Amino acid sequence: MKVTLWGTRGSLASPGPDTLRYGGNTTCVSVEGSDGTLLVLDAGTGVRNLGQLLPPELDRVHILFTHLHMDHIEGLPFFSPLNNSDVTVTIFGPASTTLSLKRRVIRYLSPPLFPVNVRELLSDLRFFGLASHTIEIGEFTITAQLVIHYNPTLGYRIQGPNATLTFLPDHNPALGVESFPHSKEWTSGYDLAEGADLLIHDAQYTDEEYQTRVGFGHSSMSNAFRFAEFAGVKQLVPFHHDPTHSDDMLDRTFEDLYEEMAPQYEVTPGKQGLVFEM
Amino acid sequence: MTQKEIELILSRHLAEYLAMPIFIVDPGGDMVYYNESAEIILGFRYVETGAMPASEWSTIFNPVGLDGTPMEPEEHPLMIAIIEQHPAHKRFWIRGLDKNKRLLEVTAIPLIAQADRFLGAIAFFWEVPE
Repeated sequence: MKVTLWGTRGSLASPGPDTLRYGGNTTCVSVEGSDGTLLVLDAGTGVRNLGQLLPPELDRVHILFTHLHMDHIEGLPFFSPLNNSDVTVTIFGPASTTLSLKRRVIRYLSPPLFPVNVRELLSDLRFFGLASHTIEIGEFTITAQLVIHYNPTLGYRIQGPNATLTFLPDHNPALGVESFPHSKEWTSGYDLAEGADLLIHDAQYTDEEYQTRVGFGHSSMSNAFRFAEFAGVKQLVPFHHDPTHSDDMLDRTFEDLYEEMAPQYEVTPGKQGLVFEM
Repeated sequence: MTQKEIELILSRHLAEYLAMPIFIVDPGGDMVYYNESAEIILGFRYVETGAMPASEWSTIFNPVGLDGTPMEPEEHPLMIAIIEQHPAHKRFWIRGLDKNKRLLEVTAIPLIAQADRFLGAIAFFWEVPE
């Protein structure tokens, strides 16, 4: 599988001279299979660049939303396959008993928030709500599970023929826990991440920032490291960087953390444009 | 599956932070968590017992109805919430492991999650002053 980071930023797009290396686009990751299957994990502003580079013969795309906060969906109407009548776009996201996934996406993709309505899009658009499900898409087996964030949010474990990717961009497994981590059974996201080859995980705050943002649904960088260790992953990609964090600040913080925590697994801070071949 | 469903994890967090005794059971009726206040009623600690089968916890307190008749396990509000999947409330007597007789009010609520997933039930206990 080929995993590409198109947007690594959380909360708000933050382009500018201070974010050139880690990137300013909000959450979007693509996963390509050797059989041509294309998965798009969230559609933040990074998804626009992905859409522009897709091959013209592409006829099927699967978008997996972790949740519907703006930084994860705002790029959707700018994703070019949605306006191609030859393409089937299947959108998965958290299920709700009160409003279908399609109707919740329409809340954004309709006036006055957006000038174009979903029914005006040309692609064959399909929606499926997920809660605790395992689905097969091409060569991938995908397990979705609800995880701790603010508002119902999914995490994904994507099993390919040769490797496993876990995607938890917005996740605070340490919420309400005195000493984190404390048990596999009671830790959000554990089953999704256990033994993964690559874990892309929320690392939005420094420890100092986290103290005043408990309950915001995001992890501190150090808790992301602890979670990766606990789950026995092979490689961690700290991700969903805070919009106020500059490249230099992130470099320094990750260097300090690496020295302090001495992880027994590889750590590759999430930078826009990074590609992982597994 | 090693990990509990997120709704159970969040229910446990809530129980840990509240002062009233709380029990959480899985769809089979087995008790998967009880908080510190519930430990006082039970007479032992969660860290010592871990999960407890339904057959054990539902009879351990010798629950007795207000009319003095012993309660069957399926009459317990938690079991009603599990079996019938609707909320249940009852007042009854128990004899705790400390041998003290207590009058309790119990409200049990089934945990029905998104996508119609039935995950068990949660019960809140109140000790009624005599």
